[in-house]
Amino acid sequence: MKDKIYNITLVVLAAFVLLIASGMIYSLTTGATNAFSEFGVFNFISSTEWDPHPEREAYGALPFIVGTVATAFLALLISLPFSLSVSLFTGEYFKGTKIASVVGTVVDLLSGVPSIVFGLWGFYTIRPIMIDMGVSQSGLGILTASIVLAFMIIPYASSLSSEFISMIPSHLKEAAYSLGATRYEMVKRVLVPSAAAGVSASYILALGRALGETMAVTMLIGNTNNVPGSLFDTGNTMASVIANQFGEADSLRLSSLMAIALLLFLVTAVINFIGKLVIKKFSY
Amino acid sequence: MKIKSILTIVSTTLALSALLGCSESKQKVTAAGATFPLPFYNLAIKNYNEIGSAQVTYGGIGSGGGIRSLRDKVVNIAGSDAYLSDKEMSEMTDEVLHIPTCMGAIVIAYNLDGVEGLKLTSDVIADIYMGKITKWNDNKIAAINPEAILPDLDITPAYRSDGSGTTFVFSDYMTKVNPTWASQLGTGKALKFTTGIAAKGNPGVAGVIKQTPGAIGYIGSEYAFALKINTAAIQNPNGEFIKANGNTISAAATGDIVADTRMMITASNAKGAYPISCFTWMLIYKNQNVTSQTKESALETIKFLKWMMSTSTQEMTTTVHYSPLPKKALETANKILSTATFNGKPIN
Repeated sequence: MKDKIYNITLVVLAAFVLLIASGMIYSLTTGATNAFSEFGVFNFISSTEWDPHPEREAYGALPFIVGTVATAFLALLISLPFSLSVSLFTGEYFKGTKIASVVGTVVDLLSGVPSIVFGLWGFYTIRPIMIDMGVSQSGLGILTASIVLAFMIIPYASSLSSEFISMIPSHLKEAAYSLGATRYEMVKRVLVPSAAAGVSASYILALGRALGETMAVTMLIGNTNNVPGSLFDTGNTMASVIANQFGEADSLRLSSLMAIALLLFLVTAVINFIGKLVIKKFSY
Repeated sequence: MKIKSILTIVSTTLALSALLGCSESKQKVTAAGATFPLPFYNLAIKNYNEIGSAQVTYGGIGSGGGIRSLRDKVVNIAGSDAYLSDKEMSEMTDEVLHIPTCMGAIVIAYNLDGVEGLKLTSDVIADIYMGKITKWNDNKIAAINPEAILPDLDITPAYRSDGSGTTFVFSDYMTKVNPTWASQLGTGKALKFTTGIAAKGNPGVAGVIKQTPGAIGYIGSEYAFALKINTAAIQNPNGEFIKANGNTISAAATGDIVADTRMMITASNAKGAYPISCFTWMLIYKNQNVTSQTKESALETIKFLKWMMSTSTQEMTTTVHYSPLPKKALETANKILSTATFNGKPIN
């Protein structure tokens, strides 16, 4: 009897979460319908127009899609050397030592730091450095946002890759050593290729995280609704435009923001799905 | 020992809840909206909560957010720097009353080392925001500031990334005085700026100006004073260069007040008037049943608004760089407030 109640409770609660998730997609879709039917799905995605003036209202998502993709990939690129080093440090070179666990813990701590703290650090520390370097006069823009974003995703990329690297069976490594390989050669020829799938999956998941990051990006990107022409330009991401404008938006503008939210939801869902798929396919 | 500590916890909890219970016996009046008058509202409401019979809260969520909250009936009062258009009025649940609470100014703040007392005309401001003037040592700026040493520095215009009453008042002024602005950008709570950087809320824009050499932007005056950012003297329609202060803001509203107070006072041609002055409003439903469950809570809303218009409260405005309402506006506002009803009967 107790078992039965327990089972039913579990099923109901699990189904409830599914219900909420599908309800979210439903309400985003219904909210976005207005914008999609007004501008057409393709037009909405490819238009660079964002004019809230009541008499000539027109909205397009391209500047924000470009801003999102640019910051996320740039952040991934910047974080790559750091997160790869950290994962090799904790997963291979100093595996199981005290120093590795200290480094691992500190990096994991970074993932718990709220994004507003990163934003503040970016605004008052990174931005003046960018101004001094003459990157741009305001120090705000795609590059500044990406640098801060890179530090935010290091723990996501490194802790998972470290797991995969430490999971490489030792007979593979020993085989390499027995053939006279140095440690560097072993890492380069055996370790990284064997763990490649897992490592790339962890980067895909980090990318998904970077795509949706909002607060820190909003504080640093400059919030201008244009397609950025260079890394030093200001721009806006899908997440930051929503954060900036939802409060005052209504009717068509609100619907356009909903449409952007739906697109972001789909993109991050697909990215996460691909990441999970890669892990599943190549895990030992 | 264990029982003792449990008892201590229980009794402390009871004492705390009793304390909280005391403050909860006060009626609540909730308000939300514009960030522009927030410094004045914070000061006034803090005073009112010490002496008044109700607990008032004001959330600075932006004019549009305040209006939406009033439409959704989740607040008693909405704060807004832009009055509702006829279309917006028709979208509300019921008839809305506009109660002006104070006057303020939107200043043009700038970050330029060693340059104080900068003078600007509306044409120069328009050119800066439309990307036609890009350097501080541009001839057009130098011509009206012959005594200033202007650096060869790029101008970074800052504007609001969110919809805002501040943007509305600023663009209302610019549209009145500059035809190119009127046709290209127009008036609105959000505009399609093509140059510069954007930040959220008055504090956001003020922060960007403060931190960026060469930046210029429009913000509520108190935000510039609080962060000690330089502000420009703006040329009014009489040709005078005027800085925003209590007197020059008041001078902008010496004319007649329309019956429902829905009027802009930008580009006033009164002598000595600061040209980007504005009223800011608290909006309530004429029929208080819409947002109040009981007659008592409706009464508290009205009482609070009456107190906002009292002489002593109005005098507080100047301590935070706003300006008291002129007598005519106060009379009109009191008249409007007296038309509020509960169940069809006047509230008093």
